[in-house]
Amino acid sequence: MSSEKGTPLQSETSTFHAPSEPLAAHSSERTTQNFSVIGKRNLKYDWHAKLTGAAKYTDDLRLPRMIYGRLLRSPHPHARILRIDVSRARAMSGVFAVLTGKDLPIRYGILPSSQDETAMALEKVRYVGEAVAAVAAVDEWTAEEACNAIEVVYEPLQPVMSIDEALDPDSEKIHDWTKHANIQKNVLLEFGDLDEGFAEADRVFEDEYFFEGNTHVPMENHAALANWEPTGKVTVWSSTQTPHYLHRELARVLDLPPSRIRVIAPPVGGGFGGKSEAFSHELVAPVLSRLSGRPVLISLSREEVFYCHRGRHPVRMWIRTGVKSDGTITALDFKSTLDGGAYGSYGIATTYYTGALNTLPYRVPRYRFEGRRVFTNKPPCGPKRGHGTVQPRFAIEAHLDRIAGELGHDPAEMRKGMLVSPFSWTVNHLRVTSCGLPEAIDAVLERSGWREKHGHLPQGKGIGLACSVYLSGAGLPIYWNPMPHSGAQIKIDRGGGVTVYCGTSDIGQDSDSMLAYVVAEELGVDIGDIHLVTGDTSLAPVDLGSYSSRVTFMAGNAARQAASKLRAQLFQVAAARLDVPEARLGAAGGMIYDLEDTERQIPFAQAAQLAEAEFGTLGETGSYTPPKLAGPYKGSGVGPSPAYSFTCAVAEVDVDLETGILSIQKIWVAHDLGRALNPVVCEGQIEGGVYMGWAEAVIEEQVFRKGLHKQPSLLEYKIPTSLDMPDVDTTIIESIDPEGPFGAKEVGQGPLAPVIPAIANAVYDATGIRIDSTPIMADKVLRAIEMRRKQHAAAV
Amino acid sequence: MKELFRLNVNGEDTDVAFEPYKTLLEVLREDLDLTGTKHGCELGECGACTVLLDGRPVMSCLYLAVEAQNKRIETVEGLADRGVPSALQTAFARTGGAQCGYCTPGVLMSATALLRENTHPSRDEIKEALAGNLCRCTGYIKIFDAVELAAVEITGPES
Repeated sequence: MSSEKGTPLQSETSTFHAPSEPLAAHSSERTTQNFSVIGKRNLKYDWHAKLTGAAKYTDDLRLPRMIYGRLLRSPHPHARILRIDVSRARAMSGVFAVLTGKDLPIRYGILPSSQDETAMALEKVRYVGEAVAAVAAVDEWTAEEACNAIEVVYEPLQPVMSIDEALDPDSEKIHDWTKHANIQKNVLLEFGDLDEGFAEADRVFEDEYFFEGNTHVPMENHAALANWEPTGKVTVWSSTQTPHYLHRELARVLDLPPSRIRVIAPPVGGGFGGKSEAFSHELVAPVLSRLSGRPVLISLSREEVFYCHRGRHPVRMWIRTGVKSDGTITALDFKSTLDGGAYGSYGIATTYYTGALNTLPYRVPRYRFEGRRVFTNKPPCGPKRGHGTVQPRFAIEAHLDRIAGELGHDPAEMRKGMLVSPFSWTVNHLRVTSCGLPEAIDAVLERSGWREKHGHLPQGKGIGLACSVYLSGAGLPIYWNPMPHSGAQIKIDRGGGVTVYCGTSDIGQDSDSMLAYVVAEELGVDIGDIHLVTGDTSLAPVDLGSYSSRVTFMAGNAARQAASKLRAQLFQVAAARLDVPEARLGAAGGMIYDLEDTERQIPFAQAAQLAEAEFGTLGETGSYTPPKLAGPYKGSGVGPSPAYSFTCAVAEVDVDLETGILSIQKIWVAHDLGRALNPVVCEGQIEGGVYMGWAEAVIEEQVFRKGLHKQPSLLEYKIPTSLDMPDVDTTIIESIDPEGPFGAKEVGQGPLAPVIPAIANAVYDATGIRIDSTPIMADKVLRAIEMRRKQHAAAV
Repeated sequence: MKELFRLNVNGEDTDVAFEPYKTLLEVLREDLDLTGTKHGCELGECGACTVLLDGRPVMSCLYLAVEAQNKRIETVEGLADRGVPSALQTAFARTGGAQCGYCTPGVLMSATALLRENTHPSRDEIKEALAGNLCRCTGYIKIFDAVELAAVEITGPES
């Protein structure tokens, strides 16, 4: 066990001052009122492509002489591979190439600390759906037939299907290197003297919770197209959130110089965390292409996507909190056990994330966290929207609701009295900058009619509230390096066209639009004059990827920095031409003009030509590296972020006391996102997060029976339809972060988390019953209602 | 073995050779290069492959292409008129009804069929009409907004 004691910081006393200088030049003089692009309800950059069928996703791509790949997958949750015979498949007409695990034996993994996967299984299979062999054939039908012709002899082993089984020292080992049972990792962090904190407390509360696993279900199934050129260069198009990490993994597993590999992320049809690391099909497709001399497309079926998973970990949690009579926390002790599935994936990071943000958004002066992750014979878990923070947030917010009730406080008012201050540090060394949570709480209280409703609705109707916090990008990269987390290049052509190159992957969160808005604002051009080259490791500088809600903050700052350098060049020549000091110039609508006499102006394109004559070809770069914020303890790399978003949600529910059926009447949400670069996009992200949160709270679960995935299809794994969606009332809170691009923070992930405990707390308000596990399905509610009836009957 | 068939797609008669066992989804995407129609399950569960046959929404993954002979097939590529987006497409652009965009073609086809039959659908009628189209990004709200906006754009506000 790696036990580390961090140096405690006094969270209530250690505050720092907001940096007086905004990050990028030229921004200090501008206010919301005179933005020409930022904050406006502009169209999205890619609106036309996505609404006319013109957008080409990976599986829409066609290359001349392209053939098709398929993977043969394990039917066993846990088995030794005794023999694989591919001779029949290889001999089939129309089959170009067949691969097995031995052909690609190099281990890889998204985290440097868990390099435990191979492109296809070597000696063992560890979950149903794990890739065992691969075929390339003239069409998908033939490839499938060839997969069926591969003979694999397995020796089934006892599957390990639950946390309890994984902790049992007598259980079958999934990986031979684990020291104790199937425990992958234990972590322990302690900040301050907990004994002292509990001694100071007026009351101590203790609860246990369980958060069930669930999965992303992007509407686009994963796909990869690979083209190995005779020159030894290979291009892989893939529906990936992280082209840069895929680039690295390909170099490692294919044992090729990265300089020979190009990864392109076309528009991605949804990710939610599920396309954030390398998958078998992405690693196998280029090798099949090399062997066959043809481009190879592998497009996964929906069932296979359920086996890829990397979704929400099932987590068992224990929480003990010391509080003063006003609810203020004196000590917080938190333990989590994560059911990780068969491989490491992001799991060690996830484990830390179940502890890292628990010192926000309330003041926690003493904190202890113990986390562990176990292996089980299920598809590996990884990051899903809110990565590792959603499960503890459910626990903490449900726990606080109970504490407020028992102390006789309104749960909203009690929370308001406990919030961290803006520009302060937490006990586990998280630096908080802007924080609009008080405004967010007030907004949802007001709009939901909380004060009239909470505790006052008739039996079966209830209202609940919860708050949450999320990162605007992880402060540290996944693999240690001192380079920027995001880079952008911008070139301006003689006609005034502006091309932005950035390695971001647009997964539907509108990162492309974000780049266009930021650059258009900075240079004062029309969005239509912006051209983007994104998601291409050869053409664009590195951006680490669409995960941890980092893209707006990091790529936005990088693009803005590049644009601001060009703006300075353009202003220099424009000032000379207009005979106006540079400081008096503005840029908007394709013109550079005198702020004091707006008739004095020159067109942007003309300024570009003057600047090119003066400076040569117009091109600049920008980079963003987060400030060094990690605390002096092992594990401190998880949690720091350049800025945090804050959310408050209220849910109103109806519970049918006869059937246990829960229906959500309405959800009110207010999210502090720093600044809305485009309110339309931001509202969409918030609504999408609320949707996904209530689905996790009420209907979604990824469960297994006898080693098999119980619902690997959309018919069985229920996701909400249009008929299920409750009304949502969204409020955007702008706290204008001093370091975010134009003050922006994240919006893609944060709004999911508070919805789940808000619903659980509303169920309590409606029924007097606390449901301590997700999803809150009718049978669970009904059992609880019946149990209470029996208890009452017995007591009488 | 491929055979030659004539299909009417987006108002054009097209002669196309394909194996008669192929679904309409496969023929559209693989033989006619109309990749705007998407696939999310190929089992009739998600609605991403929705096209219109004689004006009626149909999941093309469950429909044999040979059965679509002598029917009017409409796909997302046919919604814009010589590059000018339909009122529904414009409304989606304005409300931000597409995020990742993968369910969008199917949603647009179902909503197009709805608006032709019902010029002023209520929100409940919109929800009902789109119940077969799964979306994972938007929470459907901006999709509902778009259909309502399009209804107003097409026929003016309900009097």
